[in-house]
Amino acid sequence: MQRIGVFVCHCGTNIAATVDVAQVAETLGKEPGVVLATDYPYMCSQSGQDMIENAIREQKLTGVVICSCSPRMHEATFRKTVARAGLNPYLLEIANVREQCSWVHKDREEATQKAIILGRAAIAKVTLNAPLVAGESPVVKRALVIGGGIAGIQTALDIADAGFEVDIVEKEATIGGKMAQLDKTFPTLDCAACILTPKMVDAAQHEKINILSYSEVEAVGGFVGSFRVKIRRKARYVDETKCTGCGLCTEKCPQKAVPNPFNLGLDTRRAIAIPFAQAVPKVAYIDPNYCTMLKTGKCGVCSKVCTVGAIDYKQQDTLEEREYGAIVAATGYRPISLEKYGEYAYGQSPDVVTSLELERLMNAAGPTGGTLLRPSDRTHPKTIVFVQCVGSRCEEDGRGKPYCSKICCMYTAKHAMLIREKYPDTEVYVFYIDVRTPGKNFDEFYRRAVEEYGVHYITGQVGKIVPENGKLLVQGSDLLAGMQPKIAADLVVLAAAIEPDPSARSLATLLTASMDTNDFFTEAHPKLRPVESPTAGVFLSGACQGPKDIPETVAQAGAAAAKVIGLLSRDHIVCNPCVATPNEQMCNGCSSCEKVCPYGAITYADKEFRMPDRTTALRRVAQVNPAVCQGCGACTVACPSGAMDLLGFSNKQIMAEVDAICR
Amino acid sequence: MQVKEKAIELLSSGKVSRVLGWKQGEFCYDLTPAVFESAEEVERSFVFSPLAGANLAKYLIAESRKEGVVAAFLKPCDSYSVLQLCKEHRIRRENVYLVGVPCEGTVDPDLLRENAKGLTAVREAGGTLVCDTLYGEKRVDLSAVLLERCKVCKSKKIVVFDELLGENGEENPQSTRFAAVEEIENLTPEERYAFWQKELSRCIRCNACRNVCPACSCETCVFDNAKLGTDNKAPASRFEEQYFHIIRAFHVAGRCTDCGECSRVCPQKIPLHLLNRKFIRDMNTLYGQYQAGADEESLPPMLDFRMDDCEPSAARGGKQA
Repeated sequence: MQRIGVFVCHCGTNIAATVDVAQVAETLGKEPGVVLATDYPYMCSQSGQDMIENAIREQKLTGVVICSCSPRMHEATFRKTVARAGLNPYLLEIANVREQCSWVHKDREEATQKAIILGRAAIAKVTLNAPLVAGESPVVKRALVIGGGIAGIQTALDIADAGFEVDIVEKEATIGGKMAQLDKTFPTLDCAACILTPKMVDAAQHEKINILSYSEVEAVGGFVGSFRVKIRRKARYVDETKCTGCGLCTEKCPQKAVPNPFNLGLDTRRAIAIPFAQAVPKVAYIDPNYCTMLKTGKCGVCSKVCTVGAIDYKQQDTLEEREYGAIVAATGYRPISLEKYGEYAYGQSPDVVTSLELERLMNAAGPTGGTLLRPSDRTHPKTIVFVQCVGSRCEEDGRGKPYCSKICCMYTAKHAMLIREKYPDTEVYVFYIDVRTPGKNFDEFYRRAVEEYGVHYITGQVGKIVPENGKLLVQGSDLLAGMQPKIAADLVVLAAAIEPDPSARSLATLLTASMDTNDFFTEAHPKLRPVESPTAGVFLSGACQGPKDIPETVAQAGAAAAKVIGLLSRDHIVCNPCVATPNEQMCNGCSSCEKVCPYGAITYADKEFRMPDRTTALRRVAQVNPAVCQGCGACTVACPSGAMDLLGFSNKQIMAEVDAICR
Repeated sequence: MQVKEKAIELLSSGKVSRVLGWKQGEFCYDLTPAVFESAEEVERSFVFSPLAGANLAKYLIAESRKEGVVAAFLKPCDSYSVLQLCKEHRIRRENVYLVGVPCEGTVDPDLLRENAKGLTAVREAGGTLVCDTLYGEKRVDLSAVLLERCKVCKSKKIVVFDELLGENGEENPQSTRFAAVEEIENLTPEERYAFWQKELSRCIRCNACRNVCPACSCETCVFDNAKLGTDNKAPASRFEEQYFHIIRAFHVAGRCTDCGECSRVCPQKIPLHLLNRKFIRDMNTLYGQYQAGADEESLPPMLDFRMDDCEPSAARGGKQA
């Protein structure tokens, strides 16, 4: 016989102010199977939990219903309470009478009635609850970090320092990412390379870190604790174990007209190259799109000059499969393409550049050796116009992004300041919508640009840029002065919006991690679980989750590492027992469940069944891997014959709840 | 080559061990599905004519699990059902030999009997049905006595076969099969409710619609499974068997090929196919054209989720979530 206890929480006045808790307890006490119904100011408090424990023991309860806040808040708390009293923790149901009742209703009478109905549904469900036991699965003590920018490097370093092995998979030939291309960093103006490259070296030298550069994740299987990942090691046509990084090949290669991706195509390099001086690993690679030997079979200069015989034109992509306990996505960002912004003359004049291109033009290791020269005629620009929010906070015209790219205000202030510092005879104008500086020492930094360095900030946007007689005629609007200034500029810098790296989309599919409409990875909870993806064992680091500057990225990288370390320090993880389970007798083998399963938890097996006429027949039936199943329940509704059921949320339990509500 | 001759050839050559076809039922206008195990049997009782309306697809679920290869004759409609069942792993394709038969439409026996009272025998002669009746011979134009599904035929294309008798046909995108659905959609909710109340109130729950439906092929139907608690939901409503038919329509949504068998076999002449067609039309409108059974690879709209899927209520002018 059922002996159900009902506990109605006041949550101070959160519930009690809108819901007559005493009446709820009294009414629910009359439901069949209920032997005890009571209310209490704070059910989650120690004394509230003690009350539940005692009631379970004294009244020999077989099921517990708690009418309180959302189960997302305290279900775990109360499951422990119930378990302490010796009852299976899954014989507990929570009726959410706060978020779904008292907080959304004003009328006390109606709210009380609704609370009663919600309680009734929970009682109907708990009557059908069965004790569930959570299984365990082992944890592989190795982490995979996808992306080798500052986010990935920092995450890897932090995990490795805790003693766990980490692989960094980086699609480019070197780690370093976007930060390696930057000149100085705001708000302290220290040089990006000076603070990044030591970290790159640390990562390379760390005995627990293994860098798989020029590689991409091709397939992901398994689940939290034991992911199986296929990694494609792209052919670099250079033996990584032999190459010493001397760079002789990169000087002798006769193919000189290769646009240099590290300098964003502002200069050229050879077909065999080391991406930049401090690259890690410092190993050359051949771009097969430009290499004469690979294209025509005639040349072989690099092979001839290489003293260690590292060049291998026959190298092929290889696939490696590795196991990991946790995966961190750190795929970063890129500036958006500006081809749709014809009015800014980007692509029409070489003197209209993006901010990232300006970083290279100001960088000592860049195409101009750090002297600011405009690309068209290599002269010093005397008048420079910066245009903010190119594609940011602008969705209406279908070209831009709805969000704020966050870093542009600060890097533009930095650019303006550095230029005025180095070339005081240069006039610098910044067209902006508004300046956003909410960060430590950010506003002070921006004020310095305006007050100390005399950068002209103009509230308003630029309507058109026309290349004319070697100048760029900038037509903008000054909203404060109510004027339409026309500036003849020598150089225009566009603060292009940033977007997630395009590789993130396919990676999200592989990881079954969710994304928002802008292709940024979504967090498990925007406030309380900001570095975890909703998929167990997959964590987020850096700008792949949303626009971030370097300090924020590093902070998040550390946070993601802490979560990974927490996971990897366990030998086993407890699985969620509320998983799908097929009734093989009823299963048709139609594959509907398999098609809707987002986790790949369902496979099929041929099983022998005894038929009514005493023969046996082989039938294809669904099998669920309980360690992979996340209990989303999609399969249970897809199954036409009701053969798939979710433990703890069975079709019958849901039906009982609905019946109780509709009574 | 004629259908019957093909059946004989397949059996006598040993290519197949059984043939699924049609034989004379109780009355001359009633052809019933049958399994033939020898050429003699075929010779004796195999019949194929425009009266062979029955869709043989569902029989293949059980037949394809038996020993030996079974041959089946498929009209275009039936081929969609077979391919859909192959897609659902219900028919073991390796155990069936499919012979496609072009179709000019199947006969509604009731309409035929209205046109030829006292019917004793019927044969086809080039688009005309020559009927022997108690009142002498009567000639009836085939097109005058077609089943509704054939009048608005969606496709004459046979989508799966090992062998084809004659020429394959084409899909018919001009089919007006949704016109009747639109008519009901244009009713007011009260009128619509009254329409279905009137229609479904005639239901005697004989289960013929379910038993004939190729999409209704569960090992155990939810309505026969006391464990699930769905069975007692079926009759509990404002009118007879409302939920039985609605639940059934939901269950076959995305898998129903619109073969029209449900309405053909209904002894109470309830236009059940309209429920399924409404679902098909809605899916086509909301998620793009989809024809169940047209291929083996595509994901049916109800098992597919895309980020840009529309919100059905919003698409109909409701509030965007």
